[in-house]
Amino acid sequence: MMNYLWAFLVGGALCVIAQLLIDKTKMTPARILVTYVCAGVILTAIGLYEPLVDFAGCGATVPLTGFGYAIAKGVERAVNEVGLLGVVTGGLTATAGGITVAICLGFIMSLIFSSKPKD
Amino acid sequence: MRDIIKLENAPRISSYYSVVGSHERNGPLGDRFDEFSLDDKFEKDSWEKSESEMQRLAVVGALKKGDLKDTDIDLLLAGDLLNQCVGSNYGLVDFDIPYVGLYGACSTCALGLALGALLYNSGSCKRLVSVTSSHFCASERQFRFPLEYGGQRTPTSQWTVTGSGAFVLGNEGKVSIKEIVFGKSVDMGINDINNMGAAMAPACIDTIKRYFSNSDYSVEDFDLIATGDLGYEGSKILRDLLLSEGIDIRKSHDDCGLMIYDRKRQDKHAGGSGCGCSASVLAGDIMKRLEAGELKRVLFIGTGALMSPLTLYQGGSIPAVAHLVHLEG
Amino acid sequence: MNKEEYKEYVKRRAKRSSSFKNCVFAFLIGGFICVIGQALMELYTRLGATTQNASTLVSISLISVAALLTGLGLFDKIAKLAGAGTLVPITGFSNAVVSPAIDTRSEGYIFGVGAKIFTIAGPVILYGIFTGVIYGIIYYLFG
Repeated sequence: MMNYLWAFLVGGALCVIAQLLIDKTKMTPARILVTYVCAGVILTAIGLYEPLVDFAGCGATVPLTGFGYAIAKGVERAVNEVGLLGVVTGGLTATAGGITVAICLGFIMSLIFSSKPKD
Repeated sequence: MRDIIKLENAPRISSYYSVVGSHERNGPLGDRFDEFSLDDKFEKDSWEKSESEMQRLAVVGALKKGDLKDTDIDLLLAGDLLNQCVGSNYGLVDFDIPYVGLYGACSTCALGLALGALLYNSGSCKRLVSVTSSHFCASERQFRFPLEYGGQRTPTSQWTVTGSGAFVLGNEGKVSIKEIVFGKSVDMGINDINNMGAAMAPACIDTIKRYFSNSDYSVEDFDLIATGDLGYEGSKILRDLLLSEGIDIRKSHDDCGLMIYDRKRQDKHAGGSGCGCSASVLAGDIMKRLEAGELKRVLFIGTGALMSPLTLYQGGSIPAVAHLVHLEG
Repeated sequence: MNKEEYKEYVKRRAKRSSSFKNCVFAFLIGGFICVIGQALMELYTRLGATTQNASTLVSISLISVAALLTGLGLFDKIAKLAGAGTLVPITGFSNAVVSPAIDTRSEGYIFGVGAKIFTIAGPVILYGIFTGVIYGIIYYLFG
């Protein structure tokens, strides 16, 4: 049960940081996403993010910093396996599932739905 | 005259017509508009086509109301917010009337009326039509984000009005256009796309100051000073800064962007915007009150934020312009 | 009033978003999405997936749900309340891909959907992968 609590608290906290950045600094959502992904890579690189993942599980992997974590871990794995080539294959390999599903569903959704006015 | 152009041969607004979308229909002025579409689509399959259709309907309506044919009209002046003015270009191809496309962002309604009045005044045109529109969905796509994108709007952000207003200028009708002031392009360095009111207010202040410092009329002579779409934030800045310069418009000022929505109930943050905003409110509400004698003298000031996403990304700010038209019933 | 004074004046008076309320919703909804992720994670692990595969499956599941909600026109309604609570989890990435795809269908499948699908998500992939490559080089040389 503690798994869930920590996932909730850490995931929620990462969202609050982004919300504060949007409200207080006028950072646009697109910049937030980029910042989070890059921060995830860097934090993993310097060894800070992995302990958070061990501790909070999906609270750390589901936010976009987790996307950066997946890229960094993917690069590490690929470099360990195939050496220098892994530098350019690791990142996309590790995130291929998410990206592929997102773009394929994006295409399918565009076949089915049309845009609607906002309320 | 550099500041105020007085029209000796003042044209009259002989017919007018408004077309709006669902949010506007559900707003406080809802039943005053002539035509509406509850799904904002106007039976078209893209938002740009919907906007064009809205303009077409507005012109058809205004002509019908005035019992006029295409050949009775010497010129069509039209504008909208979309790139290359596609709303107007495509919407008005079916009319057998010479056509001029205008761009003045949200000030285009006042710009079209002013230019039309000048052409009438000079005798070049006997009768002409000025029409403008904006569509929330088409604008959102072009200027902001996809419609399904999950973002939050800030309290100072404005909501583009889905609406169009068409006006026939000629020699019949109760309401006439007496004076015109063309605005200057004013850039006070605002670059927040979510605070257009603040970007436009300085241009509006400049135009109003130029008018009252050169006019025979004073603020008290006007029953209504209606700005186009400054919204809540821009209106407050306008009133406060004019007051600090000794011009108190608080009693008679209203803003079309505030009139068209119930900001609280409809969750419209700082109010409406777009060149369909001032056009539909003028055609749907202000003109009717002028004709009923409820209003006698009105200053109608179209305010436009000349914003381009391209230059904004390049680090530019948002220049604005405000054109003034003096209407008399 | 010059430009700088005016900008300062506007900044001073502009009402900010009520950040406290926004933060509460961002926290609750963002946290909730992570809890769903955690539940799915445990489900997939129990079904025999390795940690890494289960993690990918969680991403795919959340992306799929967010894509469907975006198509149905519900995602932006939730996001209006949730703010960063739906933006920051992988759901925000999904919405960033799917929303321009749906929106640009009127311009056709090549220059509309195909070209615009990465308008918002493209920067995320570019800079994420690029940072990863730089890290990879460092890791290769010194790791």
